[in-house]
Amino acid sequence: MTILRLNGSTRSVVSTPETPLLYVLRDELGLRGAKFGCGLGQCGACTVLLDDRPVFSCLTTLGSVGDRAVTTVEGLGTQTAPGPMQRAFEAEQAAQCGYCIAGMVMRAEGLLRKTPKPSEAEIRAALAPNLCRCGTHMRILRAVRHAAETTS
Amino acid sequence: MSAPSRRMVLGGGALTVFFALAVPAGAQEGHGATAGLPGDLKRQPRLDSWIRVGADGRITVFTGKAELGQGIKTALLQVAAHELDAPLAQVDLITADTGLTPNEGVTAGSHSMQDSGGAIRNAAANVRWLLIEAAARRWSLPPAGLTTGLGAVQAPDGRSLPYGALATALDLAIDARPDVPFRPPGRGPVGRDVPRIDIPAKLAGGAAYVQDFRPEGLVHARVIRGPSEGTALGEVDIAGARAMPGVIAVVRKGRFLAVVAEREWQAIQAQQRLQTAPSHSTAQRPNDIHAWLLAAPAQAQVILDLGEAAGGAPTASAAYTRPYLMHGSIGPSCAVAHLQDGELTVWTHTQGVFPLRRAIAQLVGLPQENVRCRHFEGAGCYGHNGADDAAGDAALIAMALPGRPVRMQWMREQEHGWEPLGSAMVTHLSASLTPEGRVGSWRHDVWSTPHNTRPQEAGRLIAGAEVDPPFAAPPPQPIPMPEGGGDRNAIPLYAFPAARVTNRFVPEMPLRVSALRSLGAHMNVFSIESFMDELALMARADPVTFRLTHLEDPRARDVVAAAARQFGWQAWRRMPGRGRGFGFARYKNLGAYCAVALEVEVEPVTGTLSVGRIVSAVDSGQAVSPDGIRSQIEGAIVQSLSWTMIEQVAWDSDQRTSFDWGAYPILRFPALPKSVEVEVIDRPTEPFLGTGEAGQGPTAAALANAVADATGKRLRDLPITAEKVKAAIG
Repeated sequence: MTILRLNGSTRSVVSTPETPLLYVLRDELGLRGAKFGCGLGQCGACTVLLDDRPVFSCLTTLGSVGDRAVTTVEGLGTQTAPGPMQRAFEAEQAAQCGYCIAGMVMRAEGLLRKTPKPSEAEIRAALAPNLCRCGTHMRILRAVRHAAETTS
Repeated sequence: MSAPSRRMVLGGGALTVFFALAVPAGAQEGHGATAGLPGDLKRQPRLDSWIRVGADGRITVFTGKAELGQGIKTALLQVAAHELDAPLAQVDLITADTGLTPNEGVTAGSHSMQDSGGAIRNAAANVRWLLIEAAARRWSLPPAGLTTGLGAVQAPDGRSLPYGALATALDLAIDARPDVPFRPPGRGPVGRDVPRIDIPAKLAGGAAYVQDFRPEGLVHARVIRGPSEGTALGEVDIAGARAMPGVIAVVRKGRFLAVVAEREWQAIQAQQRLQTAPSHSTAQRPNDIHAWLLAAPAQAQVILDLGEAAGGAPTASAAYTRPYLMHGSIGPSCAVAHLQDGELTVWTHTQGVFPLRRAIAQLVGLPQENVRCRHFEGAGCYGHNGADDAAGDAALIAMALPGRPVRMQWMREQEHGWEPLGSAMVTHLSASLTPEGRVGSWRHDVWSTPHNTRPQEAGRLIAGAEVDPPFAAPPPQPIPMPEGGGDRNAIPLYAFPAARVTNRFVPEMPLRVSALRSLGAHMNVFSIESFMDELALMARADPVTFRLTHLEDPRARDVVAAAARQFGWQAWRRMPGRGRGFGFARYKNLGAYCAVALEVEVEPVTGTLSVGRIVSAVDSGQAVSPDGIRSQIEGAIVQSLSWTMIEQVAWDSDQRTSFDWGAYPILRFPALPKSVEVEVIDRPTEPFLGTGEAGQGPTAAALANAVADATGKRLRDLPITAEKVKAAIG
């Protein structure tokens, strides 16, 4: 049994410590935001925050999380009450298939927590670990700028 | 205004429906007058296969097309709500499902707005008129005086009947008529930027994808096969895998092998253990695929013959090549399959639920009517990727576990290793210039392996070739004109006095291939538009002017002029190391018109390209969702830049070696262009034109032309990498 600080509450989980966090979130806890994309830390579809730092949940074992707070896209808001970053992506219609989007949102959330007013180059560099295949990149950049401008 | 009426007495209930429309009577007569019906109404003329109206006022619209992330659900809802004159929120949409929706084939070729949009628009217009007539009967008023709005029929005296109250008086088990007038554009959702209905769930962890689908009792499966197509595994340790924690079953049918576990991570661990078995190659892969293409047995077909030019030899000739490209979906293919009481249901992100049902029924040995394929969104596919194969895998596993829903997802290396690729291609172009600097003659030859191996038969599913006895795959066929496969867009839209275009279809497939977004159009437009710039340079003409000189279609001229104007083509300032490039095509010469202008900066030491501003103009006919069109074109531009600048599938004698994003890189954020602007030219009185694939070719050519403009060097072999640029500039 492992105690996990997740999205503002505490959950106990039975997955073995070497299980990647991604499968604990998706399979044991029924969260669907973080996605399996590569299992290799190459695409970022599984990105979540540990404390305020974006990590690949496919490479982060449950046992390594410790007492760091896990935040997934579900922790930022809901469909009916989205958080500021989700609202910015919605406002810019920054998704096509959207499979990468939860990871993008978390990567961007991590950036703004560290650097609330990033430059264009900082945004592009921060999002570099995350892949999008639909070519929605320009809208994702707009959404991150939008979020940076509307939150203080 | 004369309002010719027709009385239609339908069989069975003898329900009588009066039409009273201000339309010519002639076109309406005769049973099953489907000739004039638009889109897929031709195939499925009955109204209730497209639209149903409930007594609660909810309107349900059915489409055989699937949401692939292109926004089709929202656009089709806009079309339906507009013609029904009902609020968007009152309309629900059911997409591709063999149990519920019309059969509209595959969601491909940028056909959805033309085929399904056209059908739904017409069906909705029919239903609105039937609602008006139902109200007219109720009120004993002439229908011609009635109007609609906000989901209700209104009388001149102020009375109003909501559609729900008319539902029982409505019989939609009749064929659509082709001549029902449409509502005017401007008053309703068509033409407005309606936010996509699918985005909120995708942003908040909703059950947006088949990968997220978790029916009660779900178990997790993984398949085990060689490292790539054209390989097979040797001896596997089945007993060892069976003994692993959580493993419920190891399913083996011939060479088909899968593990099933209670938890997903357990299934993956068992899969990884089995996957360590040695593999061997079962295919021959030529080292130089382009030399091989030119030498391989080919079916040659002249697809355009405007004769030979008088006066001889071509002024210029050029050869272009494209490597194999990957769809590269971010989410590995997945399906959920469930066998219950002899009925198999498969939730799948296929582009074609109906053809897939046929293939799966054959694979698992059930009658087609006992198999239901239901589309559930997956990650973007951009053509025929692993979706169908994954559905076949899940189906086969589910047959071994009756009563348990089975979720099967491929691993990343399986997606990269097994998906059908976009074919490698070669083109040879030559032309002569007249003394006036116009193209006097044109010749284009294209060599390619197939662009369509979509499954309608078990033999085209990976699992179909693995079971014992295996199913044979039917031989691939070329896709005939006017759409074309390898020769898609090989016929230039330009008005040349003499031209000959030949398609050389190579049926053999050393690497597995099928439909990748835009098929041959990416390569053919890259070739044509590169060559147009080469000729413009020889003719000492401006590239945009040179194109306009040869373009007669006014809509083509408009997008070329609009992109050039918006980009600031004439005023663009030349600086060392910087170039501008232009590309244009009308997709398939039938779909959307798209022009792209862009600028590029070449770093002289490394050859690295920085793409600056990109401007595109697009004409998709009547624009249902201008922002949806912009989104599709932006995506096409960025994806095509990735294809054109860095992507190529690699292999060795043993296997495909592009097994992950490290071995097959795609564009990342730091390499993005500075900006992408898209101007939508709305044509409110013109039919919808497919948009999704229109940007691939023009972008590729614009990039190559900008590099040539910046460096003076013409690069004709894709991808145009920094290494090749560096080698060219020395």
